[in-house]
Amino acid sequence: MKAGTKFALGAVLIVGSVGYLMASGIKQTAQYFLTPSELAQRVSADPSFYDLGLKVGARVVPGTVQKEIATQTLRFHITDGTVSYPVIFRGLPPDTFTDSVEVVVEGRLQKDGVIHATDVLAKCGSRYEAVPKA
Amino acid sequence: MTLLGHLSLWLAFLVGLWGAVTGFVGGAQGRADLQQSARHATFALFAALVVAVVSLEVAIFRHDFSLEYVAAYTSRNLPTFYLWSALYAGQKGSLLFWATVLSLFAVLAQLLTSRRHRVYLPYVAGVTCLVATFFISVMLFAANPFQRLAFAPLDGSGMNPQLQNPGMVFHPPMLYLGYISITIPFAFAIAALLSKQLDTEWLTAIRKWTLVSWLFLSIGLLIGMWWAYVELGWGGYWAWDPVENAALLPWLVMTAFLHSVMIQEKRGMLKKWNLGLIIGAWLLSIFGTFLTRSGVIASVHSFTQSPVGWFFGGFLLLAAVASFALYAIRLPLLATEARLESMVSREASFFFNNLLLIGLAFSVLWGTLFPILSEWVRGVKITYGPATFNFVNIPLGLVLLLLTGIGPLIAWRRASLPNLRRQFAVPVTSGVFMLLILLVAGMRDLGPLLAISIGAFVFATVIQEFARGARARHRQYGEPIAFAVVQLLTRNRRRYGGYIVHIAIVLLFVAFAGMAFKTETQATLRPGDSVTLKSPYGHLYTFTHLGISQYNALNREVTAALVEVRRDGKQIGRLRTEKRQHVDALGRPTFEPSTAVGIRSDLREDLYVVLGGLVNGTEEAVYRFTINPLVWWVWFGGFVLVIGGLIVLWPGGGSAPGARGRTQRAQAGYTVKLEARP
Repeated sequence: MKAGTKFALGAVLIVGSVGYLMASGIKQTAQYFLTPSELAQRVSADPSFYDLGLKVGARVVPGTVQKEIATQTLRFHITDGTVSYPVIFRGLPPDTFTDSVEVVVEGRLQKDGVIHATDVLAKCGSRYEAVPKA
Repeated sequence: MTLLGHLSLWLAFLVGLWGAVTGFVGGAQGRADLQQSARHATFALFAALVVAVVSLEVAIFRHDFSLEYVAAYTSRNLPTFYLWSALYAGQKGSLLFWATVLSLFAVLAQLLTSRRHRVYLPYVAGVTCLVATFFISVMLFAANPFQRLAFAPLDGSGMNPQLQNPGMVFHPPMLYLGYISITIPFAFAIAALLSKQLDTEWLTAIRKWTLVSWLFLSIGLLIGMWWAYVELGWGGYWAWDPVENAALLPWLVMTAFLHSVMIQEKRGMLKKWNLGLIIGAWLLSIFGTFLTRSGVIASVHSFTQSPVGWFFGGFLLLAAVASFALYAIRLPLLATEARLESMVSREASFFFNNLLLIGLAFSVLWGTLFPILSEWVRGVKITYGPATFNFVNIPLGLVLLLLTGIGPLIAWRRASLPNLRRQFAVPVTSGVFMLLILLVAGMRDLGPLLAISIGAFVFATVIQEFARGARARHRQYGEPIAFAVVQLLTRNRRRYGGYIVHIAIVLLFVAFAGMAFKTETQATLRPGDSVTLKSPYGHLYTFTHLGISQYNALNREVTAALVEVRRDGKQIGRLRTEKRQHVDALGRPTFEPSTAVGIRSDLREDLYVVLGGLVNGTEEAVYRFTINPLVWWVWFGGFVLVIGGLIVLWPGGGSAPGARGRTQRAQAGYTVKLEARP
């Protein structure tokens, strides 16, 4: 075999494995990112859409946050304005988590209609900007 | 002062335009007067921007809250230490900082480039002025730091507490230095294309500048990792955040360039590839700026969504089209001088190293954009989180680490079997030996097993190189071995400095592998209560909650928790972690509370304690305790990396010859040289 052909083969091998890794990586570990409305739609269209790893981006409903520090349980509702879901999370919420903040909830929607979160990210849209005073 | 600043921005804008025009026209027509004018334009540009920066800083220090920027990012009670970093705490100021640093590099490029590369300088002035002018125009037309408020408030809003960390003073400037200085190699690449002087001359001009920005970018990334680790409190240093990725992308591409450039120097190959890499690295740096400033992708770093992003988007598109069009026109001049001969050669291993680095860069880019792309294409947003990044990048990284060891051992052109046996015997044995030790010790995780064994292999290759080089000097000149090692480093900085960087990469990989054994527990403790956590080394740590103290400090209310730490029953120290509520001058709370992490670091593992909060205002506290193995080695590896980079970069001694005797050197590779003794 000519050296050039071997190189082409080597290159194809590398490019191929990068591509393969990315494809299977996405298949195995990537998650849906949905709004509550989209999640409700998926669930009604496909009743088996429970217990799947997903992320939900929404806003915390003001006044629904219940912190039980003793058991480190955090309960709150999230909404995008039309559909709302209750969330339960065990663990420390991020510093930026407050009432009515935008959050990304990572977890699974269970049959009980509650999102059991494994992680809660508070999206502070103005991380570097000052918070406007109310 | 603000008027002065605003005026000097306009002045800088005009001077920048002038520099761009005179640079390109002067270069193309060979007019010495225009070339001289372009050179001076970079000086004037820098001067005007420094005046603007000084004006803004004066306004910040005088608490001139009639300036929107000063009111938005500082307050009367902000510690002086952080006042000056307010310059780049917000979008507008950071643009000014960016333009100023760029103009500084433009001046340095004019002053420091050696006489034999003069032909490129007018174009370099043109490109740098053009890019700086773009940044200035963004400020003037969309984000002016000198914008005034109708009414001056009594106090400003203050700086985000997360930015009030010593990291803020070092991390952004370093990262900016790296990010911005990529413009210089890019400018040289464009200059080479425009002037058609595409021989190896331009490479020497470009290589050092690439190394400079690579080094600054490395430092910036490392300080950023450290900052995230000590400040954000989630217990790690890398999260594949879009902005981390944005800084990593040009770093990967420049790393590829720094390797493949050697092939072009020695063998006259890969010319198109190398130019493409430089242009690509620069476009990625602008792309990163676009990502952070447009709000297209949510990230911890992003600035508020603003039209500024679209300026960058447009600029990126224009710059990409223009540079690749020029590149395409000049392709015929970039013919290769040699062909790859054997799969078992230094060229081949470098070629594959480049493919892997670019593959890695591509996967990172793809992952960063994937949520947007999937939404466009399939209408549903799919996340590409740290798990996916690790799934793809860890295997690629491990193969790359393997090549780090293989590359320097294989001869140029074509390696013979005896050569291979001689070179690989010791390193391969070391790697296998390490693997056996780890297996016997009970480690069963594939990733860390491979990372550490391959690391041992690479480490052995470097030691072998140093040992052989030192022994050869010892025989030839009778130098003592220790002195011979120093001589190797000073006489052939590029090669041996490079090996030191390889050692650093091994240290970093091993340290990253350590994170696979991170253990964590959360607990709610009353004063006197304890929780235990088993470390991956088998030690049993006991954390005892001692108590809470609350007090006011500077510009914040502090709730501090004290934890006593015992290892296997023996007391080894106390850790302190805080919740901080920042307040304004009147004592009203500003921003959300932030956390100060308690860290106890040693060579084996870090104890990392975060105070989650207090139970209903009592002294009962919620904690997260984490044991992070080998984190110290990340910082030490980073330090070694910087030292290695500096050795390579240090002027004089050991730079590769240009076109002179290229093929001869290629044949007389160092292995041959070392063997050829009487």
